[in-house]
Amino acid sequence: MRGGDVVRFGWRSLSSHRARTLLMVLAMAIGSASVVVLTSLGEGARRYVRDQFEALGTNLIVVFPGRAETSGGMGGVLSGRTPRDLTLDDALSLLQIRGVTSVMPLNLVAGEIWHSGRRRDIPVVGSTSELQHLWHLSMAQGHFLEAQDPRRAIPVCVIGSKVRDELFGTGPAVGEWVRIGDRRFRVVGVLAPKGQFVGLDIDELAIIPVTSAQMVFNLQSLLRVAIEVERHEDVKPVRDEVLKTLARRHDGEEDVTVVTEDAVASTFDKILLALTLAIGGIGSISLAVAGILIMNVMLVAVSQRTGEIGLLKAIGASPLQIRLLFIAEAAMLSAVGGVAGLAIGQAGSLAIRWIYPELPAYAPVWAVAASLGVALVTGILFSLLPARRAARLEAAAALARR
Amino acid sequence: MIRLRGIHRVFPVGEEKVHALRDVSLSVAPGEYLSIMGPSGSGKSTLLNIIGLLDRPDEGVYSIDGEDVTAFGDEEQSRVRREKIGFVFQFFHLVPRLTATENVELPLVLAGVPPGERAPAVARLLGEFGMSHRAQHRPDQLSGGERQRVAIARAMVMQPTAILADEPTGNLDQSTGKDVINLLEGVNARGVALVLVTHDPALGERARRRVRMIDGRIESDSGASEAR
Repeated sequence: MRGGDVVRFGWRSLSSHRARTLLMVLAMAIGSASVVVLTSLGEGARRYVRDQFEALGTNLIVVFPGRAETSGGMGGVLSGRTPRDLTLDDALSLLQIRGVTSVMPLNLVAGEIWHSGRRRDIPVVGSTSELQHLWHLSMAQGHFLEAQDPRRAIPVCVIGSKVRDELFGTGPAVGEWVRIGDRRFRVVGVLAPKGQFVGLDIDELAIIPVTSAQMVFNLQSLLRVAIEVERHEDVKPVRDEVLKTLARRHDGEEDVTVVTEDAVASTFDKILLALTLAIGGIGSISLAVAGILIMNVMLVAVSQRTGEIGLLKAIGASPLQIRLLFIAEAAMLSAVGGVAGLAIGQAGSLAIRWIYPELPAYAPVWAVAASLGVALVTGILFSLLPARRAARLEAAAALARR
Repeated sequence: MIRLRGIHRVFPVGEEKVHALRDVSLSVAPGEYLSIMGPSGSGKSTLLNIIGLLDRPDEGVYSIDGEDVTAFGDEEQSRVRREKIGFVFQFFHLVPRLTATENVELPLVLAGVPPGERAPAVARLLGEFGMSHRAQHRPDQLSGGERQRVAIARAMVMQPTAILADEPTGNLDQSTGKDVINLLEGVNARGVALVLVTHDPALGERARRRVRMIDGRIESDSGASEAR
């Protein structure tokens, strides 16, 4: 029997039972649409996180005090134990390394800010002028911390927009004095609203020079140091050099953790990929359900079509051909259902992108291919039993019945 | 040449066993016209099914054109059935969603004949049976007689050795029945063996050779000597 004839025969049979066919196609379509939508959500989350990391810059090396005890997986995200202080001098010594364009020491402390009797609990960031560029901060009023010797404790601060609103209301903020901890700082700038960034609410913090922060909060060590490298290719050699330099300064002990943004980003990438796979798998359960529906309906169809099957046998269809005809019908159903599902799924992810523009919810190509493949395979798999039953039908008995 | 030797067929019915065929031997020469008559339950349909390879005997040997088909597997039997046997049924058994042309074409489709070769063969047969004007009609748009004509065309399209007709007029009125019989006899006149199962004596008497069955045995065979 020719392939074209198999398809045509299956098509005629499917189109003569419209309601039944439509229902089965719908079940398949829902299955593969859910795979597409769910994976596009997962993939969207993955891309979102990756974009966030890229916004931070991929030419970045971050040094944490202390050595992470475990070398697996999350490397630098766990800040290590047994810390020897990572001092400001340590950080500034790194400027000597070739290829390093800037070094940004960072402290982050839960502090409080006062102004004329009003108090707010906010995170206080101690850093340098480089932070503005690194975090892509723009100003609403005034200016950022000025470039100067980071060892100097200058009593100036930059505040988030919400802090400004809460402390000063509609009054002027730039030039006013506030108290952070037990010292007075002059507000030199107000940040433009930015919202969440690297886990901090940029609108609700204060930024002061790093040495001021160490004095106010009595800190010996930095929370971390970000090092910007001129060229991406230099990241690896610079990283090695950073480790060497710090080991030299720490009596030959490698007691810091150095993380490149690539490593962190790829860890997140892996986690989110696994997540995408998992929810894609959940979606494919509905494909299996659709497969079982197809099996059910086809089993009913076989008993409804005994006369036809008997006749096909009488005019010379072999058991193999009968099997093939039923499997082909199921394959066509799942193919049509799968393709329809893809269309619905793509429309779904389009809707998600429309509702959440910041989430790049595109279904990955592998998920699209897999959902079609799984639809086809389940359709065929679940038609094997009905097809076998049809092929084994007693032709004589099937024809005698009427 | 169809040759049955010592055929037995037993059906288990509950606890008991029903002998549908007991030691049946029968030969059908090429181009022969043979009627099988007998009361219902005499085994004539079972015999026809065994000749048509829709059923397997429990005992005995069956050969077509010298090939022992009892030894064949399912796939092989399907091929023999497709190439050498044409069936005509009391209830026509046309595929309802297919047109007359597509129904007649079906055995060629199963045999893998290319579409270009199928169309002329089908058109010629429908023309011969006076059905050209109904070629694109579906079975539910055809009368009983027309349906049976389509069924006969379908049985003939593979140019079989034998046509097996099981009560082909059983569902038709007298005059259309007569037309259908004339058609079958015309086919037989072209050299295709015709085995006609009926319980209508008037119909059975028309055959040159008449076999009467009772209780699973051949009781009389008007042409047995000639065939052996």
